[in-house]
Amino acid sequence: MLTKRIIPCLDVKYGDGNRALVVKGIEFVSLREAGDPVELAKRYDQEGADELIFLDITASHEHRKTMLDIVKDTADQVFIPFCVGGGVRTLNDVIETLRSGADKIAINTAAVKNPHFITHAAETVGSQCIVLAIDCRRNTDVEKGQHLVPLEDGTLAWYEVVIYGGRTPTGIDAIEWAIQSERLGAGEIMLTSMNRDGTKDGYDIPITKAISEAIDLPIIASGGAGTAEHIYDGFVYGKADACLAASIFHFKEISIASLKQYLQARGILMRI
Amino acid sequence: MKRIVVIDYGLGNLRSAMRGLERAGAQVKVTSDSSQFSRADGLVLPGVGAFKSGMQNVQNKKGALLQAVNEGTPVLGICLGMQMLLTASDEGERQGGPVEGLQLLQGHVKRFNFDITPEKLKIPHMGWNRLEVVKENALVKGVDGGYAYFVHSYYVEPGEHTVATSSYGTSFAAVIASGSVFGTQFHPEKSSTVGLQILKNFVELC
Repeated sequence: MLTKRIIPCLDVKYGDGNRALVVKGIEFVSLREAGDPVELAKRYDQEGADELIFLDITASHEHRKTMLDIVKDTADQVFIPFCVGGGVRTLNDVIETLRSGADKIAINTAAVKNPHFITHAAETVGSQCIVLAIDCRRNTDVEKGQHLVPLEDGTLAWYEVVIYGGRTPTGIDAIEWAIQSERLGAGEIMLTSMNRDGTKDGYDIPITKAISEAIDLPIIASGGAGTAEHIYDGFVYGKADACLAASIFHFKEISIASLKQYLQARGILMRI
Repeated sequence: MKRIVVIDYGLGNLRSAMRGLERAGAQVKVTSDSSQFSRADGLVLPGVGAFKSGMQNVQNKKGALLQAVNEGTPVLGICLGMQMLLTASDEGERQGGPVEGLQLLQGHVKRFNFDITPEKLKIPHMGWNRLEVVKENALVKGVDGGYAYFVHSYYVEPGEHTVATSSYGTSFAAVIASGSVFGTQFHPEKSSTVGLQILKNFVELC
């Protein structure tokens, strides 16, 4: 039996003082300690994370080479699967990032703009290396959606794919996009609902469940984890295969070990 | 210090395998130069991708690899690398029959098929699964009951060379060993402490 996976996410920004910093979270007091991606990665590997995701949120071409060096330094510290994303635009980006020590590549905006990029990348490096990151937002203008989802209060909404870090709506239905991406050769889906990202109110269960049920690919729930119970809900009600969280781990609100003990005690199989 | 050669035949993330073996105390060289094989204390055959292209890519290194193994140099195949040590694989069979492997050990690689199982499991088998040691062997010392990271759609049924199994719809060979030929279906370089223990065991027996 496969275990469910717990995945810490490093949102890494290159800039201030020519340093790479993990920037998720608003607790500026802790920002310094949470800052170094290499040190954090090492800590999570030792604490029992099942996988690690590194997102370059600078995503600017001029810093790409520097970021790949940081990916290399980070990869050298982890002996668990390592996924890298952010600003991946070309097949060459995919290959260079894998050569820098990544096992999987997360693709987002570039895939929305050119869906065949997924197929191209999957045929070159294998589907198991390609994680499609879908960012979406609730839209209650039900006339425009293809797949309507009942929300927590019973009202209906559809989820619209957003790109460029959530800034640009696309008019694309997220469930339809997930179904299409499976056909195109994606190996896994990392799903982030902008309605929950950064809120610590819990994952967006309605869309997580809807996509888990619509396709056969593994789903990584992302955005909104604030407590251990939220992660339990992501697995049980969202039917996710993996749950991603950032700030609760960076700022040591929950340790990975105690989270896994809690989930295992509630009947979810964990690697402990 | 043991000298381990990781055979580079153009597939996969070799950096992690190299770092894992270094962590296990070995001096590691990643190379496609088959003249290096005979001088190594141990060989690692990594692998990500499809069986047929893997066999094609390793073809010009096959002679040197088989010679080193026949002279007693231990070899560890990882994931596709393990499957390639065996007799043949169904992967690629649509192009006309099973594809021959390196044939160092007896075994046939088949595709997972969950059409008849009650629960439709996802393919590939991707994630952390538990190891059960079924036969004592130096390679699997200290890892019984531990979890390892798998990514594969094809598998080998447990047989006489199987020293550890795992289960996904069906029981399958997770670790094989016979003489100085070893293989893991999972990625030890991605399997945290359990994987590093296996790499350490391998380096020690080299």
